[in-house]
Amino acid sequence: MRKTIDNIMEIIIFVCGMLSVVFVVLIFAFLFKESFTFLKDFGIVRFIIGHFWYPTSEPPSFGIFSLIMGSVLVTTGACLIAVPIGVMTALFISEIAPKGVKDVLKSLVELMAAIPSVVIGFVGMVTIVPIVKNIFNLPTGLTAFSGAMMLAFMAIPTIVTISEDAISSVPWQYKEGALALGATKWQTIRRIVLKAAMPGIIAAIMLGIGRVIGETMAVMMITGNAAHIPHSIFEPVRTMTATIAAEMGETVREGMHYKSLFAIGFVLFVITFMVNFLADLFLGKNKNL
Amino acid sequence: MIKLNPKLSQKLSYTLLCITVGLAIVPILMIVFVIVKNGLSAISWEFLTSMPKNGMREGGILPAILGTFSIVLCSIIVTLPIGVCAAIYLNEYAKNNLLTRIIKLAIVNLAGVPSVVYGLFGLGIFVMFFRLGVSIIAGALTLSIMELPVIITTVRGALSSVPHSFREASLSLGVSRWQTIRHIVLPNAIPGILTGTILSIARISGETAPILFTAAAFYVPHLPHSIFDQVMSLPYHLYIISTQIPNMPKNLIYGTALVLLMMVLTMSCVAIIARIYFRKRRKW
Repeated sequence: MRKTIDNIMEIIIFVCGMLSVVFVVLIFAFLFKESFTFLKDFGIVRFIIGHFWYPTSEPPSFGIFSLIMGSVLVTTGACLIAVPIGVMTALFISEIAPKGVKDVLKSLVELMAAIPSVVIGFVGMVTIVPIVKNIFNLPTGLTAFSGAMMLAFMAIPTIVTISEDAISSVPWQYKEGALALGATKWQTIRRIVLKAAMPGIIAAIMLGIGRVIGETMAVMMITGNAAHIPHSIFEPVRTMTATIAAEMGETVREGMHYKSLFAIGFVLFVITFMVNFLADLFLGKNKNL
Repeated sequence: MIKLNPKLSQKLSYTLLCITVGLAIVPILMIVFVIVKNGLSAISWEFLTSMPKNGMREGGILPAILGTFSIVLCSIIVTLPIGVCAAIYLNEYAKNNLLTRIIKLAIVNLAGVPSVVYGLFGLGIFVMFFRLGVSIIAGALTLSIMELPVIITTVRGALSSVPHSFREASLSLGVSRWQTIRHIVLPNAIPGILTGTILSIARISGETAPILFTAAAFYVPHLPHSIFDQVMSLPYHLYIISTQIPNMPKNLIYGTALVLLMMVLTMSCVAIIARIYFRKRRKW
């Protein structure tokens, strides 16, 4: 009896363990299946480098280059803001802050990660958007710049948490060695700790990028949703995620437009898969320290 | 280049670090402040417990609250047992081989898939293929796949913090592996599992993109009564009233945002405080 229960439980546990692999494969297969006929009919090259996204005009045009550029612009902008702030905050938390401050900061960062993206989007709409409009004297404040600023807040928690892990896992012998040679605390942090933790920090940055590329609601609410190739960061842009979210409701099921949105989803999946894969490699490197 | 005195450069750098920490922390406080300040006036018993009226420009948000509640509840019921079992497999059974590496890679990637892609997947597989329609259950299943990697990771953390000697003591008494897990490892990991679960619940209550095409409805004139109903949901409702409805009274939008934000932040705070409390009480 005991043996049977044991065996049954072990099988259940094994199956559950395998489920994550099953889901990843399922998501990939499903997106591939839905977008395959579309990509074959329309042409994958035309899809990726086509400049015009006019899914509902006659004949329709499904070029996502402007959407990719939109995503790239917003992501780059967000990273330029989030990476320095995130990494420095992580340094402060793990190396400089006294115990009490450290715990409070860590909890705050965790709370920051919990704020829903719609709320961030809404706050961006009522605060950043009018400010950007007035300061830079633009026709509209719904720009890539406003989007990048709000998205930076969403990337910061990811970057801080993971870099902090990497920094605090640097062996204490390294630090003591440097300090014993007469280096100041800051010199130790900059030349020893930061260098040793670099693979982990890079992984943190990549995961932050992954988070920003995939972010949907805040982007849709703040970036203006104009599908054209942006010339500056102060223009409205439309990202891949926002296109899917905004247009799926209006499509005909199984139609060309519907499939094209799955194809965008497929592209997004492939991009984030690669980003995460690379991040994981860097994290693995960090563990071998 | 001017060579700075090391002491001075340390002081300068520390100041710079303090400023950046401020830059990271102040915006979140600002977000909370803006919403609380403007939203507080909208909150009343009536707002929380009545139906929206007049094209949502008046009345309350009860159906949205209940909708979010039912989606989240369903999805956590599905995802928690699977996540716990998967974590047990990884932490207690898995050997260090290729299969384990593949599983870990899958979890990492599952965690990185954009939420809107989960929405697409849910639409394709649950809504269309399994013919569940746009419903609570379709949205809940979509969210539960999305939440799975988070649950697995936190539960694994909780399991691996149970000392090895506990397992050895139990195994050496002739207790089987599963019984050791069931009676020794799991009970000691409960606090960690609990806090992880609350954090996950907080996180999925705020998710919008995955339920956009799988569960959420613009407006439903009645409360949800079965898991095959379309529902309104709090985050989607906030999106709708802040972007799609012209002349929407501002304080109602702030009020809705405040309810959502408070729901999420309260749950997260409870989880964080509980974690600190349990850590202090831990005997090993």
